[in-house]
Amino acid sequence: MAELPLVIEDLTVAYHRKPVIWDVALKVQPGSLVGVVGPNGAGKSTLLKACMDLLPTASGRVQVFGGSYRASRHRVGYVPQRETVDWDFPVSALDVVTMGLYREIGWLRPVRKKHTAAARRAMERVGLDELENRQISELSGGQQQRTFLARALVQNADLYFMDEPFAAVDAATEKTIVEILREMKREGKTALVIHHDLQTVPEYFDHVVLLNMRVVADGPTEEVFTTENLHKTYGGRLTLLDQATEAMRRLGKGA
Amino acid sequence: MTAVKTTIALVDMPIVFAMQWNDWSRVFLLQDYNTRVVVLATTLLGLAAGLVGSFTLLRKRALLGDALSHATLPGIGLAFLLAPTWGLDGKSLAVLLSGAAISGLVGTASIIAIRNLTKLKEDAALGIVLSVFFGGGLVVLGIAQQRPEGHAAGLESFIYGKTASIIAQDGWWIAATAGCTIAILSLFYKELKLLCFDEGFASSRGYPIVGLDILLMATVVIVTIVGLQAVGLVLMIALLVIPAAASRFWTSNMRRMTLLSAALGAGSCMAGSLVSALLPDLPSGALIVLVSASAFAFSMFFGQERGVIARYWRRMGMQQRLDRRYLMRGLYELLEPSFAMAATPESGAAATNMWIPTKQLLATRTWPILRFSREINRLKRDGFIRARDGEIALTATGLLEAKRFTREHRLWELYLITHADVAAERVDRDAERIEDCLEPIMIHELESLLNETHTDPRLPVSPHQIELPSTLQASAVPVSNQTKKGAPQ
Repeated sequence: MAELPLVIEDLTVAYHRKPVIWDVALKVQPGSLVGVVGPNGAGKSTLLKACMDLLPTASGRVQVFGGSYRASRHRVGYVPQRETVDWDFPVSALDVVTMGLYREIGWLRPVRKKHTAAARRAMERVGLDELENRQISELSGGQQQRTFLARALVQNADLYFMDEPFAAVDAATEKTIVEILREMKREGKTALVIHHDLQTVPEYFDHVVLLNMRVVADGPTEEVFTTENLHKTYGGRLTLLDQATEAMRRLGKGA
Repeated sequence: MTAVKTTIALVDMPIVFAMQWNDWSRVFLLQDYNTRVVVLATTLLGLAAGLVGSFTLLRKRALLGDALSHATLPGIGLAFLLAPTWGLDGKSLAVLLSGAAISGLVGTASIIAIRNLTKLKEDAALGIVLSVFFGGGLVVLGIAQQRPEGHAAGLESFIYGKTASIIAQDGWWIAATAGCTIAILSLFYKELKLLCFDEGFASSRGYPIVGLDILLMATVVIVTIVGLQAVGLVLMIALLVIPAAASRFWTSNMRRMTLLSAALGAGSCMAGSLVSALLPDLPSGALIVLVSASAFAFSMFFGQERGVIARYWRRMGMQQRLDRRYLMRGLYELLEPSFAMAATPESGAAATNMWIPTKQLLATRTWPILRFSREINRLKRDGFIRARDGEIALTATGLLEAKRFTREHRLWELYLITHADVAAERVDRDAERIEDCLEPIMIHELESLLNETHTDPRLPVSPHQIELPSTLQASAVPVSNQTKKGAPQ
């Protein structure tokens, strides 16, 4: 427990001179499950990508486990949005999961038995053990999402970035992802998860970041996930707010 | 100039077909040294191009190769014009191909520059660079041909390709290039596969995306340059795209696809160059492309993975299974009222003796009569129904099957209604049994839900017959009337 998994200082990212996120500052504690919430175009994906040096930053600094992302890359796992790839690509689910190990396998070296075995274990964890030879276009949306999750899990990282893993998935997949997140937490791992369903935020995440180009609020869910903060984040989109208020009320009753 | 040549070739056609048997055998048995060199060289070229092509196709950069090959033309012309001023031989292949490579790279760089500096999309950038460089090349070539010293004839063979001009030394170059390509693509197979599939993830894992793209493009460049002589720059793209696209019809495994693409490329080039040796007056590039196009057409129809016919059969199979389910369920539902009347729902023996007029069953479907009678015949053949004139009845096995279909249909329907948020993800009407798709606990829940409203514990009633309660309908009408009345006031 030496270094914080993620520290962001005054991060600004711009596309064509137009800033997408402004002066974002954030400290993420080890073993926390952080939900990143905000309206469309708030810069949630941009924030994640900037943390992994996938986008040029206009200013600011990101530290991962006390160093640059480059230095700690092997401790970071990434689950991109499902829509970013062509699922018609001629590979099997097992192939995709094995891709998570390519860095470990090393340049110019073939995939060996132990790597395939590790990939199989990761697929078992997400309940895909019978689908390893399925061509990826034959998987359902939820199974595709779990394939991506398994590809990140196989790395056995300490910090995970997940971009909308719950988007348009079936109930079984949602349950699997939540269980995996809780397992991660028990093992002291950290996850930053972009989430769009306000109703489930209090249930799934112990920390929350409310983002709308800047960080509106961040901290433990019970302190930060308030109607007032959500108003600041979403403006007047009331139906969403009602859902969230309802969810908080229910959680309060349950506790 | 070339147009004139082609007409001459067409006039000569009868001579071609009148060739002696020993001319044919000389070519096909590779008795000539020259033919051997040409065929071997083009085969290796096809292999390398097929291999590279499958990667660029999967990277969705297939057309970049086309722009690249067109962009080589000004380089060829300029190399010819400028070489003498540097004391080089303007006719030497090495000089011409170096010029081709340089202008090809400038063309590719222009595409990237246009794309990055403006907001134009890649297709616009490709179109601009391809046509401008090709046009520029034609002008430079025209100038070269007007030079008093002449000797510029033969430069245009780079446009359409002329396999006959390949000599042993060129063959070695092609072999070396093919060797390089195979080495690079197999050494970096894993990394390139990741690049093609998921650039973002590869980048997050620290792979140099730009570097890998340059590596891939470099192999495209060298294959294109050595291919100019054989197939020509206009048609080089065919060797990069057609074998790769054809092999995708046969397999969904990237390694197999890549190898098959290499084999298809090699085969088409070999066959094409043999044909070209028999018809030396026709442009060899065009012949090679036509051969590979026929391989593509064959794959498109007969490919076992995604070929048109394979897909058609799969669709037909599914439709037949659905048709069977519809008919059996229709039959069961026609019989169902009589079950309800019977004292025990277990009156199986009686059910198999209830005859239903075929017309009554047909009325439940909107199918053409042909489709209907075809499925009826299949059901008869499989022993699910018995028929006598104008009437049919279920057999004992048919009854069980019909009952199962009906039950599953209703469970699926209820699932869609009660779990609308997630149902679409899970529904697999093509699956043999509902139990394969849903957890037992879910099925149990659905069954008990349906059973609440129905007496037969094993067969829930169809939920889509549920109508709005009359109270709801009654209250809906006055509200709309009021608003109508209220509006004008």
